[in-house]
Amino acid sequence: MHPAPSVIVFTTFSGLGFGLLFWLGIDPSPPTGWVAFAFFAIAYALSVGGLLASTFHLGHPERAMKALTQWRTSWLSREGLCAIAALLVIGLFAALLIFFGIHAAPLGWLGALLSLGTVFTTSMIYTQLKTVPRWNTPLTPALFLSISLAGGALLSGRVTEAYSLLFIAGLFQIAWWRRGDTALRNSGTTLGTATGLGTTGTVRSFSPPHTSPNYLMKEMVFVVGRKHTDKLRLFALLLGFVVPPILLALPMPHLFGALAVLSHIAGIAISRWLFFAQSEHVVGLYYGAR
Amino acid sequence: MTELPTSTTRKLGLVIDLDTCVGCHACVISCKGWNTENYGAPLSDQNPYGDEPMGTFLNRVHTYEVTPEDGPAQTVHFPKSCLHCENAPCVTVCPTGASYKRIEDGIVLVNEQDCIGCGLCAWACPYGAREMDQAEGVMKKCTLCVDRIYNENLSEEDREPACVRTCPAGARHFGDFADPDSNVSRLTKERNGIDLMPEMGTAPVNKYLPPRPRDASPLTPFLAPVADEPVGFLGWLDRQLDKLPGGSD
Amino acid sequence: MADGQPILDTSPKVSDEVRKTTCYMCACRCGINVHMKDGKVAYIEGNRDHPVNKGVLCAKGSAGIMQHNAPSRLRKPLIRTGPRGSGEFQEISWHEAMATAVGWLTEIHETAPHKLAFFTGRDQSQSFTSFWAQQFGTPNYAAHGGFCSVNMAAAGIYTMGGAFWEFGQPDWDRTKLFMLFGVAEDHDSNPIKMGLGKLKARGAKVIGVNPVRTGYNAIADEWVGITPGTDGLFILALVHELMRAGKIDLHYLAQYTNAPVLVDGETGLLLRDENGKMLVIDRNTGKPAPFDRKGVRPDLSASYRHAGVTHRTVMALMADRYLDKSYSPEAVADRCGIPADRIRSIAAELARVAFEEEITLDREWTDFRGDTHKTMTGRPVSFHAMRGISAHSNGFQTCRALHVLQILLGSVEVPGGFRFKPPYPKPVEAHPTPHGHGRPGRALAGPHLGFPRGPEDLQIEADGTPKRIDKAFSWETPMSAHGLMHMVISNAHAQDPYEIDTLFMYMANMAWNSTMNTKGVIDMLTARNEDGRYRIPRIIYSDAYSSEMVAYADLILPDTTYLERHDCISLLDRPICEADAAADAIRWPVVEPDRDVKGFQSVLIELGARVGLPAFLNEDGSPKWKDYADYIVNHERRPGIGPLAGWRGETGDQSGRGAVNPEQLDRYIENGGFFVEHIPENAQYMKPWNMAYQDWAVKMGLFDSPHPFLFNLYVEPMRKFQRAAEGHGDIQPPDHLRAQIKATMDPLPIWYEPFEQSAFNADDFPIHALTQRPMAMYHSWGTQNAWLRQLHGRNPLYLPTSLWREHGFAEGDWARVTSPHGEITVPVAHQTGLNDKTVWTWNAIGKRKGTWALSEDVPEAREGFLLNHLINELLPPKGDGLRWANSDPITGQAAWFDLRVRIEKVDPPGETQPAFKPIKSPVPEGPHMLKWKVGK
Ligand SMILES: Nc1nc2c(c(=O)[nH]1)N[C@H]1C(S)=C(S)[C@@H](COP(=O)(O)OP(=O)(O)OC[C@H]3O[C@@H](n4cnc5c(=O)[nH]c(N)nc54)[C@H](O)[C@@H]3O)O[C@H]1N2
Ligand SMILES: Nc1nc2c(c(=O)[nH]1)N[C@H]1C(S)=C(S)[C@@H](COP(=O)(O)OP(=O)(O)OC[C@H]3O[C@@H](n4cnc5c(=O)[nH]c(N)nc54)[C@H](O)[C@@H]3O)O[C@H]1N2
Ligand code: SF4
Ligand code: SF4
Ligand code: SF4
Ligand code: SF4
Ligand code: SF4
Ligand SMILES: [Mo]
Repeated sequence: MHPAPSVIVFTTFSGLGFGLLFWLGIDPSPPTGWVAFAFFAIAYALSVGGLLASTFHLGHPERAMKALTQWRTSWLSREGLCAIAALLVIGLFAALLIFFGIHAAPLGWLGALLSLGTVFTTSMIYTQLKTVPRWNTPLTPALFLSISLAGGALLSGRVTEAYSLLFIAGLFQIAWWRRGDTALRNSGTTLGTATGLGTTGTVRSFSPPHTSPNYLMKEMVFVVGRKHTDKLRLFALLLGFVVPPILLALPMPHLFGALAVLSHIAGIAISRWLFFAQSEHVVGLYYGAR
Repeated sequence: MTELPTSTTRKLGLVIDLDTCVGCHACVISCKGWNTENYGAPLSDQNPYGDEPMGTFLNRVHTYEVTPEDGPAQTVHFPKSCLHCENAPCVTVCPTGASYKRIEDGIVLVNEQDCIGCGLCAWACPYGAREMDQAEGVMKKCTLCVDRIYNENLSEEDREPACVRTCPAGARHFGDFADPDSNVSRLTKERNGIDLMPEMGTAPVNKYLPPRPRDASPLTPFLAPVADEPVGFLGWLDRQLDKLPGGSD
Repeated sequence: MADGQPILDTSPKVSDEVRKTTCYMCACRCGINVHMKDGKVAYIEGNRDHPVNKGVLCAKGSAGIMQHNAPSRLRKPLIRTGPRGSGEFQEISWHEAMATAVGWLTEIHETAPHKLAFFTGRDQSQSFTSFWAQQFGTPNYAAHGGFCSVNMAAAGIYTMGGAFWEFGQPDWDRTKLFMLFGVAEDHDSNPIKMGLGKLKARGAKVIGVNPVRTGYNAIADEWVGITPGTDGLFILALVHELMRAGKIDLHYLAQYTNAPVLVDGETGLLLRDENGKMLVIDRNTGKPAPFDRKGVRPDLSASYRHAGVTHRTVMALMADRYLDKSYSPEAVADRCGIPADRIRSIAAELARVAFEEEITLDREWTDFRGDTHKTMTGRPVSFHAMRGISAHSNGFQTCRALHVLQILLGSVEVPGGFRFKPPYPKPVEAHPTPHGHGRPGRALAGPHLGFPRGPEDLQIEADGTPKRIDKAFSWETPMSAHGLMHMVISNAHAQDPYEIDTLFMYMANMAWNSTMNTKGVIDMLTARNEDGRYRIPRIIYSDAYSSEMVAYADLILPDTTYLERHDCISLLDRPICEADAAADAIRWPVVEPDRDVKGFQSVLIELGARVGLPAFLNEDGSPKWKDYADYIVNHERRPGIGPLAGWRGETGDQSGRGAVNPEQLDRYIENGGFFVEHIPENAQYMKPWNMAYQDWAVKMGLFDSPHPFLFNLYVEPMRKFQRAAEGHGDIQPPDHLRAQIKATMDPLPIWYEPFEQSAFNADDFPIHALTQRPMAMYHSWGTQNAWLRQLHGRNPLYLPTSLWREHGFAEGDWARVTSPHGEITVPVAHQTGLNDKTVWTWNAIGKRKGTWALSEDVPEAREGFLLNHLINELLPPKGDGLRWANSDPITGQAAWFDLRVRIEKVDPPGETQPAFKPIKSPVPEGPHMLKWKVGK
C-alpha cells in the first residue's frame, strides 16, 4: 500500500493523542488549571491534528461530515463518530478540570473508553480488509491499542505503565511482523485464484493493461526491498520500544523523558510507514507484484 | 446506503469469455468514451500528452501467460471491471453511503455527490475495480452502463453496456444471473464459468469462462499413403478418376 | 443521500443527433455512428447496419474522438524556413501554398513529368490518386502496397484471382477448421475478430501458425510456433502429406483449376489450341480438348506425346516435385521448428475435416461449361494469412504455396472454405498491365500498376534501365504489382535510375516508422549536392498531424481529420464488400474543420486543374470539379461507372451501372454512409465458375463481360520470365539477375532461404527479429491519442525463455541488438509463448522527440523504439558494386521480417539508442489535463 504521509501522520499522532486522553480520563487525581490545560492541549493537538491530517487525502474534505452517516456498516464512519464523541466528552471533562477544578470522574472514564474506542475503530478500518492480508488479523487492533496506550503512558509520564506497555506493544509489534510476512501466502490468494487460471498451470503476468501507471498501482502496489525492511524494522523496534525505557531510566527525567517521547514517535512513525509500505494488497497480484 | 440488500430482484452482470478474448482493448476504450461523456464526472486524464500519462479507466485488459505442466505456454487476455459482487466489501466500508448496491438489479454504484474520495472502497475491492478520478476527487467504477441498459432513448438492442456492444470478438455477454434461462446463466453453466478469488467471499456476479483446453493433439490418425512415388501417385489418380462421375455431378 | 437509494435518471438523452460515416483509424473502414451534442462530437460507436463491422468497433475506432481533437493536428499550410529536419516552418496561406505547389508541378509536368515522384501511404483513395498521377504523366506513382503486403495480393491474383483481406474471407459461418498464418491484426481487423468469435461460439477449431503467441494466436486452440521465414516449407510438407495420401479434391482440381492442363514439355508454357484455349486431355476421348468444352472430363494424370515431345499435366509436375522426400515432414521439421509428427497430425486433421466433414448446400448452379449442378459441395477448412508469410523475401512463393494448398483441398469458393468478395475473383487476365511512359504534358495511356504477363510488360527502357524511380516492373522485381515505395527515397537519393525534382508524398511517415533504415533515410532526405541544393530538391507532403515526416518536407499541405471531409471507399479501388454482397461507402464532413486545413483529395483536384491536366478541365478550360465531393458524384470511369455504385441513374434507382445522380451523396448519408447490394443466393459460391455470379457481376458493372477462369496452380507468366532468364526471347534480363530469376520465378511454389539470411554467416546473427501491430494502435498515429497512448506508451523487446536464461536477463534489463546493418539498445521483457529463435516488439511505438504535440520526455521517446533502424532497404553489399534490394525478388515486397540479429545484455543507457535530437514542433504541446465532456 502506498505509505501516504497524511495517513502515517494521522495514525501515529492520533493514536498517541487518544492514548494520552485515555490516561488523562482515568487518572484518579488528574491535574487541574494550567497543568491540565497543557496536557489536554497536547492531547488535542495530537488527536485532532492527526484527524485533520487524515482529511488531506480526501478528494472532497468539504463533504467530510457525510462520513458520519454509515456507522451501521462502516468502520470509518464509526471511527469518526467515536472520535467526535471522545473529543466532546473529554472536552467537557477537561473544561471542568481546567476552569473549575472539578473532577467529573465518570465523564473521564467514558472519555477514556471512547478514546480507546477511537483507536480501536481506526485499527478496524485496516483489520477488516481481507484484501490486505497483513492487516486482516486481530493482532492489528492489539498492536494499535497497545501502542496507543504505551505512547499515552509515556507522554503522561507514567513510567511504570510505560515500561510494561512498551514491552507488550513491542511484543505485539514483533508478532504482527512475523505473522505478516506469511500473511499473503497463507491467505490462499494467488494470481492463480485471482484469474481462475491456476488450475491450468503456472500463471505469470505477461503485460499490464496499460504501459502507463494508474491509480491502483500508485495506491496499492508499493514494493519495498527486503533489505530496507529489515533495517527499518530494527530502527522502529529500537526507537519505538527499546530506547524510550532506557532513556526513562536516566536522570533528568524532563529532558530524557522528552527524548523518550520523541524516540517513540519516530519509532512508531517508521512502524506505521512499514505498516503501509510493506502491506500487499491482493490487487497487486493482477499486476504481477507479489 | 452501505448496508447491502439481502437480495436483489435481478442480478445483472457480465460473462467474460477468456477462450475468445483477443485482448484488443476495444471494451476498454468504448467504456472510456461512454463514461467520459455520460454518468457522473468525465473520466479524466492526467498528463495526457506528457510523461507518465495517467487516466481513469473502468475496465482494463491484462495479459497473462499460463504454463501448463506439459505443453507450451498459453497467453490469456483478461479483461477486468467491477464484478458487482453480491457481498460487496466496497459498499460496506464506505463511510458516506456514496457506494451502494441497487436493490432492483444489484448494480454497485457510487453516488458522486456524496463521495468524499477517501479511497477506502478501492482498498476493500480485491479486484482493482475502483479508481479515484484525480481531477474530480471522487471514486469511479463500472456502472454496468446503468444509463444505457434502461435508456429509452436507445433502441431496444442498444440497451446493453458499451463494452459488450463493441466487443468485436463477442467475448462479453450481459444479462441477468437471477434468471436461470438467461444467456449469461446458460453460458456459465455450459462452460463452467468461474468466480475470481472465491476465497474472498465477495460472491462476484460477473463470471469468467475459462479458456478451452489448448494444444491437445487431435485423435485423427496420421494419413496413410496411397503412393510414395510420382508414378504410383499418377496410377492411383488414374484409378480414382475412373470413379468420378463423368464431367458433371 | 445517506439512506435509501438515490433516484437515477436511467434514460438520459444520449445525443442531439447521430451522423453516420466511416471510420478511418485503420483501413478496415467500419461504419460509425457519430453522436453529436451542441454540434460537437460526443461519442462514437459502431453502426449496427454496416456490412463491415455490424455494430462493433475496435479500440482505435472508439478513440476516434481523441484523434479528431488531437492537439497534434496541423493548422495551416507550412513552408520550410530552417534546414530540412529542423522543424522550422512558417505558416502560410492556402493561396500561397497552392501557388507554390502549382509552380513546381507545372514546370515538371510540362518538361519532364517523370521528375515527379508521387507516392501515397495507406491512402484510401487510390483510384483517385492514381488517376491524378496518370493524368500528370509521371510513371512514378504507387501507394504503400509494395512495402506492405504485395506478396499476398499478387500471389493471390496470379493464383486464383484474389487473395485474403479485401479480396476475400473465410466462410466464417460454416468453416470448421481455421488456420491462420502470420497475422497479428490485419486490415480486416473487426471482421476477423467477429469471425473468430463466431468460430469460438460454435466451438470450431482454430490453428495459429505464428512464432509469437499473442492476440489471435492466443485464442488459437493449437499454436504452431514456427521459425520465421519457413512457412513455405511447412505448407509444402502439408502438401506432400496430402498428395501422398491422395487427400486432395480430384473433382475440383480437374474441373476448376489448371491441374489437368498440359504443360509443353519443351517450353514449360501451357499448351493451347489455335484459339488460345488451354488444352487438357478429355478422359472421354483420350484426346486433347479445350478445357472449357461442355462435357469435357479433364484428365489429371494423362500425358500427351506429340511430335516427339511428351507433354504432361500440371498435376504430374506437381507429383514429381512435392512427393519428393525433400518435402517430407522429417526433411523440414528442424528448419521450421515444428516436429514432424505435428506436421503429420495437422495434415491429417485438414484432410479429415475437408473430406469427412464435407458439407452440401442445396443450391443449384450452372458452371461455365454449361453443366448444371444440383448442390454445392463444401470443404469446411479455411485459411487466412498476412504479413507474417508475405513480408519475407520468399514471401511470394510462400503465399502461392498456401493458395495451392487451399486449392488442393478444394476449399476455395466453396461452402465452409475461403470466399471471395466482389469485385473478386478477377483473373489476372482481367487486371491491367502496368503503364509507364511519360511524355511531357501528356497523360499515361493506362494505370501505373498492373500485373505483367511476361517480359513484354516490364517497365524498362530499350537498354533495360528501369522506367520508374522505384524500379518496379524491372528485372529486379518483375511482378512488383504495387510498386516499391520503400525504394523511392533511396533511389532518388542515389539518382538511380535517374534524378527527380519533386517528391510528393501523402500520409506516409517515411522519415520514421514506415521506412526501413530510418536514420539512413533521414540522411538521404537531408543530403545535399555539392552546390548546396538538396539531393532530393523539393518535397511536398500532406499530413493531417505533426508527424516525424513533416519536418523533412519543404511544403506542407495540411489535411483535415476523417470527420471533416469527403472520402469515397470505391468498388474501383479497395472496397468494403462481403462475400455475399458488393458494398461501398463514403465519409462526409460530420463537422467542419476549425483550422485552416483542406481535404487532400480536394487539394489534388484543384492542383490538377491549375496545372492544366486535361481530365481535370472542361472544354472551356474551367475546372471540371469543384472539390472531391463533386468528383465522387460526377466522375465516370467508363460510361455509367463511377466511384460510387449506389443510387446511380437520374432518379437514383440503379445500382452498379447508371447515369450520374446529383443527389447520390445525400442518398448515401441517409443510408448511413454506405451502400450494399446482395449477391443472389445461387451465385454466392463457386463464383469463378458460376454463371449466375458472372452475370450478376456484369450487371453490377464489376466486369463488362463474364470471364470465368481456372485457378492457376501453375503460373505461366512466371515461366515466361524464367524462360527469358534461360535466354529465350528478345527481352533479356541483365546477366547478374539471370540466376536469381531462374531460381525464384518457378511457376510451381518453391521455398528458398530468405535472402538476408543467406547473405551472411547465420551464426553471427542467429536470432529472428519481428514486429507486430498492437491491436489498439495504428502505426505512428495512435500515440497522439490521449487514450490509446496509455495502453502502449513503450515497447519492450520480448525474448523467449531460452535467450532470457542464456543471457541472464531480469526484469528491467536492457539489451543491445545488432543486425548486419545497425544496432539499437532497448528494454527487454520475457515471453514464454515464443519461438525460441525469435524476438519481437510492437511496431511503431517509438517516437521522435518534438513530434505529435507530445512533451519531449514521453516514454515513447525515451523507452519506445523502432526496429526499423536495424533493417536496411538494401541487402549487405555483395562486392559486385550492385545494390541488391532487401525485397522479394518477384514482387519487390519489402522483406521486413527477414531481419536477423544478435543480442547482448548491457547497462541501461538512460534512453533507447539511437536517440535523435528533438524536432521543433510546428504545433503547441497538448494540455496537461483532460476532462473531456462535450455535453452538460
Ligand atoms: N491495429 C492495427 N491494425 C492494423 C495496422 C496497425 O498499425 N494497427 N496496420 C495495418 C497494416 S498497414 C497492415 S500491412 C496490416 C498487417 O497486419 P498483419 O499481417 O497482422 O501484420 P503484423 O502485425 O506485422 O503481423 C505479422 C505477424 O506475422 C508474424 N510473423 C512474422 N514472421 C512470420 C513468419 O515467418 N511466419 C509466420 N507464420 N508468422 C510470422 C508476426 O509474429 C506477427 O504476428 O495491419 C493493418 N492493421
Ligand atoms: N519495423 C516495421 N516497420 C514497418 C512495418 C513493420 O511491420 N515493421 N510495416 C510497414 C507497413 S506494412 C506499412 S503499411 C507502413 C505504414 O507506414 P505509414 O503509412 O507511414 O504509417 P503511419 O505511421 O500510419 O503514417 C501515416 C502518416 O499519415 C498521417 N495521417 C494520418 N491520418 C491522416 C489523414 O487523414 N490525412 C493525411 N494526409 N495524413 C494522415 C499520419 O499522421 C502519419 O504521419 O509501415 C511499415 N513499417
Ligand atoms: S468488484 Fe470490487 S468494486 Fe465491484 S462490487 Fe466487487 S468489491 Fe465492489
Ligand atoms: S471513496 Fe467515496 S465511495 Fe469510496 S468509500 Fe470513500 S466515500 Fe465511499
Ligand atoms: S459495463 Fe459499462 S461501465 Fe462497465 S466496463 Fe462495461 S462499458 Fe464500462
Ligand atoms: S473487446 Fe472483447 S476481445 Fe477485445 S479485449 Fe475486450 S473483451 Fe477482449
Ligand atoms: S477496425 Fe477499428 S480503426 Fe479500423 S476502421 Fe474499424 S473501427 Fe476503425
Ligand atoms: Mo501495411
